[in-house]
Amino acid sequence: MGQAIPATLQLLTAATLLAIVFGIAIGVVTALRQYSTLDYAVTFISFLFFSLPVFWVAVLLKEFGAIKFNNFLATATIAPGVIVAIALVSGLVWAVIVAGTWRRRGITFVVAAGVTALVLVFLSATKWFQTPSLGPVVIAVTGVAIAYGATVLFAGLRNRRALYSALISVGVGLVAYFALQPLLDHTGFWGLVGLLVVALAVAWAIGHFMGGYDRTQSIRAAMLTTFGMSLLIVIDRFMQSWQAYSDNPLVRGRPIPTIGSKIPGLDGDFWITGLDTMTHLILPTISIILISLASYTRYSRASMLEVMGQDYVRTARAKGLSERVVVTRHAFRNALIPLATIVAFDIGGMIGGAVITENVFSFQGMGQLFLMGIKATDPNPVMGVAIVTGITAVVFNLLADLAYSALDPRVRVKA
Amino acid sequence: MTSPLSNMDEVSPAPATPEPEEQVRGLSQGRIVFKRFMDHRGAVIGIIVFILVLILAVSSIGLGPIPGWWKFSYKETPDIMNGGHPTLQLFPFHLGEHPFGQDRVGRDMFAMTMRGTQISISIMIIVGIVAAAIGILIGASSGFFRGKTEAILMRFTDMIIIIPSLIAAAVIAKSSQHLGGIWFLAIFLGFVSWTGMARLVRGDFLTLREREFVDAARLAGASNRRIIFKHILPNAIGVITVNTTLLMSSAILTETALSYVGLGVQAPDISLGKLISDNQAAFSTRPWLFWWPGLFIVVICLCVNFVGDGLRDAFDPRQKKFRLKKDKGDQRVAPAPLESPIDDALDGTSEAPGAGRP
Repeated sequence: MGQAIPATLQLLTAATLLAIVFGIAIGVVTALRQYSTLDYAVTFISFLFFSLPVFWVAVLLKEFGAIKFNNFLATATIAPGVIVAIALVSGLVWAVIVAGTWRRRGITFVVAAGVTALVLVFLSATKWFQTPSLGPVVIAVTGVAIAYGATVLFAGLRNRRALYSALISVGVGLVAYFALQPLLDHTGFWGLVGLLVVALAVAWAIGHFMGGYDRTQSIRAAMLTTFGMSLLIVIDRFMQSWQAYSDNPLVRGRPIPTIGSKIPGLDGDFWITGLDTMTHLILPTISIILISLASYTRYSRASMLEVMGQDYVRTARAKGLSERVVVTRHAFRNALIPLATIVAFDIGGMIGGAVITENVFSFQGMGQLFLMGIKATDPNPVMGVAIVTGITAVVFNLLADLAYSALDPRVRVKA
Repeated sequence: MTSPLSNMDEVSPAPATPEPEEQVRGLSQGRIVFKRFMDHRGAVIGIIVFILVLILAVSSIGLGPIPGWWKFSYKETPDIMNGGHPTLQLFPFHLGEHPFGQDRVGRDMFAMTMRGTQISISIMIIVGIVAAAIGILIGASSGFFRGKTEAILMRFTDMIIIIPSLIAAAVIAKSSQHLGGIWFLAIFLGFVSWTGMARLVRGDFLTLREREFVDAARLAGASNRRIIFKHILPNAIGVITVNTTLLMSSAILTETALSYVGLGVQAPDISLGKLISDNQAAFSTRPWLFWWPGLFIVVICLCVNFVGDGLRDAFDPRQKKFRLKKDKGDQRVAPAPLESPIDDALDGTSEAPGAGRP
């Protein structure tokens, strides 16, 4: 039990958080673009995911995500037919995402397909998948993109100061990328957390001093950008260790495993063991995300649609606020209130473990412990799991109610 | 889609010439719901596909003693032909000897998949009926009587909610294998999955019991039982129907998941989950053993979900409001979470007897 709870949490925290973030994002976007092709496509896909049995997806992932991918890594060259297919699909996806006239969609399709094909040809020619890395150029370009995205989200491009503080954060991040490489080699998990805190503090300072009339906007834009940059730098550092991990005699060039939660007897620095954990987590995480993403998308879409029809949203528009402000500050925040309940329930249910997923991937967590107990007719682990899940269910039920009444003043528990 | 819709239009208002008058005379609630349901393309396709799957599953290998048109049964072990590869061809359509292939011992995969589909669908339906019956009974009585009845029943419901249904089902399935049979498993699954239904029905009853027609019925001398079943329940039918379909779709996934880990349907019987579980080790050599049952699970579940979605749109009273804005308001899963916290807030008051209304 002592090992099972951390293992389960490790598996489910990332999966649940990612599913929530992506689910809400997709749900909100589809709600804002109701009855577009995108909306219908996402609706259908989320129904499809909703109907998928988790064990079926997991077995498919093991076959295609692990075994076939590892075979592919041996050569790391992508066949031309595959490149064409992926490029066409990516073009189609972008054409659906981009709204507007058929002409605009057509152009998007061609551009997206072309860019994807070029990138894939490049990746294939350089055998990128065997020695992946981002490098300063990709980090810089992605960083600038994040800076623009963050500014659009928090301040609007009109707010030049916010844009500049986000861009300065990108610059600082790039400098840090070169300056910190030797330090990163010797750091551990908590060191990374410390660095992240320092980086966010620096970002806050940048935003604060660039400030202008509305400091919080600049601070937010700078901090989100810095967070993205930190993530990129860490990913890049992990990629630098990829080759060493992959060539390790215990891994034997087949880095994506199908079972277990770590390779026994593997030692190495933080980056190597971190990669080991990640490669073991990636497939179960994907299978959990695929299944739970669907329901979050539906919830947040329904909630957002309801809020967008409210009178106060019309009022906000009527008083001349920009659509960005209306959506992010008036609609989105209120749409999140009912989601708080579901999220609390799900986080509570997380500890009980993903019985099926853990079973398929032989992941030694709570669910697996429980199944072993059942099969061996050993009541102790079964009761233990039942008690733990029962307690968390009660606690999170309570938390959900408290959160709800805190978020929505209309709901009051009479004393 | 267009054909049922145009049919509908022809059937209802066409014979009478003054069309608006026909509209004014009004359609019954069932008629309106049916019409809206038929407007929902996904739901109509879903129900058609579901019925086709059902017909295929029942007619091919027959049901019980009645023989079907397919030459093999799921128990026979004919000789393995062609390495057990599937013989199904789409262009030109041709079933061949073993359209879905054969497993290791040579059993016909088509017959097995059909048998699994039959079992999975029947479990789904039983779970739906059992859970709906219990949920309605508990939800209705706690919502109607309030007071102590409600406090006790809803705390009992909370207790059941806390038990994860997969875990509870696994324990029961393990300890009752000799009791046996899929029927026991199905009824048991029904016994653990009624909670959502009970809460929704209670929520509906809480608002409906304050309406005038209930007072009118009471003045006319109707008994409690009559008011609950004849007056309030028909008004709550929307929530009940929608929730039952969603419950069924989750039941089929629970059943297949249980069978997959070896705790659901047991050896002589076949279910779709069990087929996948039995054959996953052979994925690299005989992938067809794995694809077909999975495909059938997905198709059934997808159909049921779409039907549920269509029903929700059809029953949703807010539909009219949204219609004006050309907005169907997809509320497939929203009511449950929206309702529960408010519910619990209400619980706080209702627990103390007499705190609320008389």
